[in-house]
Amino acid sequence: MSLPKIEVRIPTILRPYTNNQKIVSVEALTLADLVSELEKNYSGLGERLLENGELRRFINIYINDEDVRFIGSLTATLQAGDSVTILPAVAGGC
Amino acid sequence: MTLRISREFVNAILEQSRSEYPNECCGVILGPEGSDLPQELKLMANAAQSPTFYEFDSKALLALYREIDDNSQELVVVYHSHTETQAYPSRTDISYASEPNAHYVIVSTRKEIAPENEFRSYRIIDGAVTEEEVEIIST
Repeated sequence: MSLPKIEVRIPTILRPYTNNQKIVSVEALTLADLVSELEKNYSGLGERLLENGELRRFINIYINDEDVRFIGSLTATLQAGDSVTILPAVAGGC
Repeated sequence: MTLRISREFVNAILEQSRSEYPNECCGVILGPEGSDLPQELKLMANAAQSPTFYEFDSKALLALYREIDDNSQELVVVYHSHTETQAYPSRTDISYASEPNAHYVIVSTRKEIAPENEFRSYRIIDGAVTEEEVEIIST
């Protein structure tokens, strides 16, 4: 059985890792697999998404319309045709 | 670098900072991709509802980026207010800043300078802060 192919949208700040491609595609069954596939194909990118093995606080990742934090974070599962969007949080404060 | 922005937007942002006080307020101004022209003001809700932190709601953030993508726009300005401190990027602001092309505007509602709120603009790239001029255009 082949792994589902997932389209991943890359934010501006991370495009230096993907030769400025806005959308890349990888094969993965879970978000954890997807992150390690990204790291394998675009060295350094996966690392930018993780901190101590968890998703970084200031990176938001969505599967279709769902923030992955509400659907299992790295254990969230993927299906063929899913679209993953990575966005830096817009946040700050004094 | 200079941020050129209409008086109308400056007033609207200052007004929002006062009306959401004591919490921080936040929002963006969109413009055509690559234009550096702040044309469309969007007040965003501060999901943190805090006097010391702001964060766009995650669903609202996704909707915003989809809209930008669909319309070939970009975030020309990302702004928020500091409630009791000067309008200068904090360590938190710097660590979260991730739009190298955006003007990061900070306004302050601290009492010692009210009612003339501070309105200042910065570039924040790879952790380096550069203040820039703000040219307010009368419309």
